[in-house]
Amino acid sequence: MNERKPLGQQKPMETVAANRNRKANPKPAKLSRETQARLGQQLRAMYDDVVGQGVPDRFSELLNRINGGTNKDKQ
Amino acid sequence: MPMDESVRKAVLGAVPSLRAFAISLCGNVDRADDLVQETLLRALANIDSFQPGTNMSAWLFTILRNHFRSEYRKRRREVEDGEGHYADTLKSQPDQIGQVEFREFREALAQLPSDQREALVLVGASGFSYEEAAHICDCAVGTIKSRVNRARTRLAELMGIESAEEFGPDQQTRAVLASGE
Repeated sequence: MNERKPLGQQKPMETVAANRNRKANPKPAKLSRETQARLGQQLRAMYDDVVGQGVPDRFSELLNRINGGTNKDKQ
Repeated sequence: MPMDESVRKAVLGAVPSLRAFAISLCGNVDRADDLVQETLLRALANIDSFQPGTNMSAWLFTILRNHFRSEYRKRRREVEDGEGHYADTLKSQPDQIGQVEFREFREALAQLPSDQREALVLVGASGFSYEEAAHICDCAVGTIKSRVNRARTRLAELMGIESAEEFGPDQQTRAVLASGE
Protein backbone atom coordinates (compact mmCIF):
# COMPACT_ATOMS: atom_id res chain seq x y z
CA MET A 1 0.00 0.00 0.00
CA ASN A 2 1.03 3.50 -0.52
CA GLU A 3 1.76 5.30 2.68
CA ARG A 4 1.91 8.98 2.24
CA LYS A 5 3.90 10.84 4.79
CA PRO A 6 2.12 13.84 6.14
CA LEU A 7 5.20 15.93 5.55
CA GLY A 8 3.51 19.22 5.87
CA GLN A 9 2.26 18.73 9.39
CA GLN A 10 5.33 18.66 11.53
CA LYS A 11 6.91 21.89 10.57
CA PRO A 12 3.99 24.19 11.45
CA MET A 13 3.79 22.68 14.92
CA GLU A 14 7.43 23.40 15.60
CA THR A 15 7.01 26.94 14.40
CA VAL A 16 4.11 27.55 16.76
CA ALA A 17 6.11 26.24 19.68
CA ALA A 18 9.09 28.36 18.76
CA ASN A 19 6.99 31.49 18.49
CA ARG A 20 5.34 30.85 21.79
CA ASN A 21 8.74 30.42 23.38
CA ARG A 22 10.00 33.65 21.88
CA LYS A 23 7.03 35.62 23.13
CA ALA A 24 7.50 34.30 26.63
CA ASN A 25 11.05 35.57 26.68
CA PRO A 26 10.76 39.36 26.79
CA LYS A 27 13.64 41.77 27.26
CA PRO A 28 14.31 42.79 30.89
CA ALA A 29 11.13 44.50 32.01
CA LYS A 30 10.78 47.28 34.55
CA LEU A 31 10.96 46.12 38.13
CA SER A 32 7.66 45.80 39.88
CA ARG A 33 6.69 48.45 42.41
CA GLU A 34 6.97 45.85 45.11
CA THR A 35 10.56 45.04 44.21
CA GLN A 36 11.53 48.70 43.97
CA ALA A 37 9.96 49.37 47.37
CA ARG A 38 11.80 46.43 48.89
CA LEU A 39 15.17 47.54 47.54
CA GLY A 40 14.49 51.10 48.71
CA GLN A 41 13.57 49.88 52.16
CA GLN A 42 16.83 47.96 52.53
CA LEU A 43 18.92 50.78 51.16
CA ARG A 44 17.42 53.24 53.63
CA ALA A 45 17.69 50.79 56.51
CA MET A 46 21.41 50.46 55.84
CA TYR A 47 21.91 54.19 55.42
CA ASP A 48 19.75 55.28 58.34
CA ASP A 49 21.55 52.92 60.64
CA VAL A 50 24.76 54.89 60.10
CA VAL A 51 22.94 58.22 60.30
CA GLY A 52 21.43 57.09 63.60
CA GLN A 53 24.92 56.72 65.04
CA GLY A 54 25.08 60.51 65.15
CA VAL A 55 28.35 62.45 65.15
CA PRO A 56 31.31 60.44 66.46
CA ASP A 57 33.48 62.36 68.94
CA ARG A 58 36.34 62.54 66.52
CA PHE A 59 34.40 64.95 64.31
CA SER A 60 33.00 67.24 66.96
CA GLU A 61 36.48 67.39 68.46
CA LEU A 62 37.93 68.18 65.06
CA LEU A 63 35.57 71.10 64.56
CA ASN A 64 36.15 72.35 68.07
CA ARG A 65 39.89 72.16 67.52
CA ILE A 66 39.67 74.13 64.30
CA ASN A 67 37.32 76.61 65.82
CA GLY A 68 39.13 76.27 69.10
CA GLY A 69 41.59 78.78 70.45
CA THR A 70 40.61 81.75 68.35
CA ASN A 71 36.94 81.86 69.28
CA LYS A 72 37.41 81.08 72.95
CA ASP A 73 40.18 83.65 73.34
CA LYS A 74 37.97 86.31 71.91
CA GLN A 75 35.10 85.60 74.23
CA MET B 1 40.26 80.62 61.42
CA PRO B 2 37.17 81.33 63.55
CA MET B 3 34.07 79.69 62.21
CA ASP B 4 30.63 81.13 62.11
CA GLU B 5 28.44 79.23 64.57
CA SER B 6 25.76 78.61 61.95
CA VAL B 7 28.39 77.17 59.60
CA ARG B 8 29.77 74.94 62.34
CA LYS B 9 26.29 73.64 63.11
CA ALA B 10 25.49 73.03 59.46
CA VAL B 11 28.75 71.15 58.91
CA LEU B 12 28.33 69.09 62.05
CA GLY B 13 24.71 68.36 61.15
CA ALA B 14 25.80 66.94 57.80
CA VAL B 15 28.35 64.55 59.32
CA PRO B 16 26.01 61.58 59.95
CA SER B 17 24.78 61.46 56.35
CA LEU B 18 28.28 62.18 55.00
CA ARG B 19 29.46 59.10 56.90
CA ALA B 20 26.63 56.99 55.54
CA PHE B 21 27.46 58.09 52.00
CA ALA B 22 31.19 57.57 52.54
CA ILE B 23 30.65 54.05 53.87
CA SER B 24 28.58 53.18 50.83
CA LEU B 25 31.44 54.40 48.63
CA CYS B 26 34.35 52.83 50.56
CA GLY B 27 32.72 49.73 52.01
CA ASN B 28 34.92 50.19 55.06
CA VAL B 29 34.11 52.29 58.09
CA ASP B 30 37.63 53.38 59.04
CA ARG B 31 38.43 54.55 55.55
CA ALA B 32 35.04 56.20 55.32
CA ASP B 33 35.69 58.17 58.50
CA ASP B 34 39.10 59.24 57.20
CA LEU B 35 37.37 60.34 54.02
CA VAL B 36 34.83 62.37 55.99
CA GLN B 37 37.58 63.96 58.07
CA GLU B 38 39.58 64.97 54.99
CA THR B 39 36.35 66.28 53.45
CA LEU B 40 35.66 68.48 56.47
CA LEU B 41 39.22 69.85 56.48
CA ARG B 42 39.00 70.67 52.79
CA ALA B 43 35.58 72.20 53.15
CA LEU B 44 36.60 74.42 56.04
CA ALA B 45 39.77 75.49 54.27
CA ASN B 46 37.60 76.56 51.35
CA ILE B 47 34.60 77.77 53.26
CA ASP B 48 34.78 81.10 51.39
CA SER B 49 33.75 79.30 48.21
CA PHE B 50 30.53 78.15 49.85
CA GLN B 51 27.65 80.37 48.86
CA PRO B 52 25.45 81.14 51.86
CA GLY B 53 21.86 80.22 51.25
CA THR B 54 22.75 77.23 49.07
CA ASN B 55 22.60 73.64 50.25
CA MET B 56 25.52 73.04 52.63
CA SER B 57 24.89 69.30 52.63
CA ALA B 58 25.06 69.07 48.82
CA TRP B 59 28.25 71.16 48.84
CA LEU B 60 29.91 68.80 51.34
CA PHE B 61 28.72 65.71 49.44
CA THR B 62 30.29 67.13 46.28
CA ILE B 63 33.64 67.66 48.00
CA LEU B 64 33.54 64.19 49.52
CA ARG B 65 32.70 62.53 46.24
CA ASN B 66 35.43 64.38 44.33
CA HIS B 67 37.98 63.56 46.99
CA PHE B 68 36.95 59.91 46.95
CA ARG B 69 37.27 59.77 43.16
CA SER B 70 40.71 61.36 43.09
CA GLU B 71 42.28 59.72 46.14
CA TYR B 72 40.39 56.69 47.33
CA ARG B 73 39.03 54.80 44.40
CA LYS B 74 42.42 53.58 43.23
CA ARG B 75 42.99 52.07 46.68
CA ARG B 76 39.61 50.40 46.68
CA ARG B 77 40.66 46.91 45.70
CA GLU B 78 43.26 46.73 48.43
CA VAL B 79 40.53 46.43 51.02
CA GLU B 80 38.41 43.36 50.64
CA ASP B 81 37.37 42.87 54.25
CA GLY B 82 35.03 45.81 54.08
CA GLU B 83 31.83 43.86 54.43
CA GLY B 84 32.63 42.12 57.70
CA HIS B 85 33.95 45.27 59.21
CA TYR B 86 30.95 47.21 58.10
CA ALA B 87 28.54 44.64 59.51
CA ASP B 88 30.11 45.12 62.92
CA THR B 89 29.09 48.74 62.98
CA LEU B 90 25.45 48.04 62.26
CA LYS B 91 23.66 48.43 65.52
CA SER B 92 20.25 47.25 64.47
CA GLN B 93 18.71 45.06 61.86
CA PRO B 94 15.60 46.39 60.21
CA ASP B 95 12.57 44.61 61.64
CA GLN B 96 10.83 43.83 58.39
CA ILE B 97 13.89 42.45 56.64
CA GLY B 98 15.50 39.13 57.39
CA GLN B 99 19.15 39.16 58.36
CA VAL B 100 20.19 36.98 55.45
CA GLU B 101 18.40 39.11 52.89
CA PHE B 102 19.85 42.26 54.42
CA ARG B 103 23.36 40.86 54.13
CA GLU B 104 22.70 39.79 50.55
CA PHE B 105 21.54 43.30 49.81
CA ARG B 106 24.74 44.87 51.13
CA GLU B 107 26.88 42.40 49.20
CA ALA B 108 24.93 43.09 46.02
CA LEU B 109 25.23 46.83 46.57
CA ALA B 110 28.99 46.47 46.94
CA GLN B 111 29.14 44.73 43.55
CA LEU B 112 27.55 47.60 41.65
CA PRO B 113 29.74 49.86 39.53
CA SER B 114 30.56 52.87 41.69
CA ASP B 115 28.76 55.39 39.49
CA GLN B 116 25.54 53.38 39.77
CA ARG B 117 25.93 52.86 43.49
CA GLU B 118 26.51 56.51 44.29
CA ALA B 119 23.52 57.58 42.17
CA LEU B 120 21.27 55.07 43.89
CA VAL B 121 22.42 56.09 47.38
CA LEU B 122 22.14 59.83 46.72
CA VAL B 123 18.61 59.56 45.34
CA GLY B 124 17.30 56.54 47.24
CA ALA B 125 18.74 57.16 50.69
CA SER B 126 20.30 60.61 51.07
CA GLY B 127 17.10 62.24 49.92
CA PHE B 128 18.61 64.36 47.14
CA SER B 129 16.56 65.17 44.07
CA TYR B 130 17.73 63.90 40.69
CA GLU B 131 18.86 67.47 39.95
CA GLU B 132 20.92 67.72 43.14
CA ALA B 133 22.42 64.27 42.58
CA ALA B 134 23.35 65.28 39.01
CA HIS B 135 25.05 68.39 40.38
CA ILE B 136 26.97 66.39 43.00
CA CYS B 137 28.10 63.84 40.39
CA ASP B 138 28.74 66.50 37.76
CA CYS B 139 26.60 64.84 35.10
CA ALA B 140 23.24 65.24 33.36
CA VAL B 141 19.96 64.54 35.14
CA GLY B 142 19.14 61.86 32.56
CA THR B 143 22.42 60.14 33.33
CA ILE B 144 21.54 59.97 37.02
CA LYS B 145 18.11 58.55 36.21
CA SER B 146 19.52 55.85 33.99
CA ARG B 147 22.21 54.96 36.55
CA VAL B 148 19.57 54.62 39.27
CA ASN B 149 17.46 52.39 37.05
CA ARG B 150 20.38 50.20 36.09
CA ALA B 151 21.44 49.99 39.72
CA ARG B 152 17.99 48.76 40.79
CA THR B 153 17.75 46.23 37.99
CA ARG B 154 21.22 44.89 38.72
CA LEU B 155 20.52 44.67 42.45
CA ALA B 156 17.36 42.68 41.81
CA GLU B 157 19.30 40.40 39.47
CA LEU B 158 22.11 39.83 41.95
CA MET B 159 19.64 39.08 44.73
CA GLY B 160 17.43 36.95 42.50
CA ILE B 161 14.40 38.89 43.67
CA GLU B 162 12.67 39.46 40.41
CA SER B 163 13.29 36.00 38.98
CA ALA B 164 9.98 34.53 40.16
CA GLU B 165 7.82 37.04 38.36
CA GLU B 166 10.22 37.79 35.51
CA PHE B 167 10.90 34.29 34.32
CA GLY B 168 7.82 32.56 35.67
CA PRO B 169 5.88 32.53 32.40
CA ASP B 170 8.94 31.34 30.49
CA GLN B 171 9.50 28.49 32.91
CA GLN B 172 5.86 27.52 32.59
CA THR B 173 6.18 27.45 28.82
CA ARG B 174 9.27 25.31 29.02
CA ALA B 175 7.55 22.95 31.44
CA VAL B 176 4.62 22.55 29.04
CA LEU B 177 6.95 21.90 26.11
CA ALA B 178 9.02 19.44 28.11
CA SER B 179 5.99 17.46 29.29
CA GLY B 180 4.79 17.22 25.68
CA GLU B 181 7.86 15.33 24.58
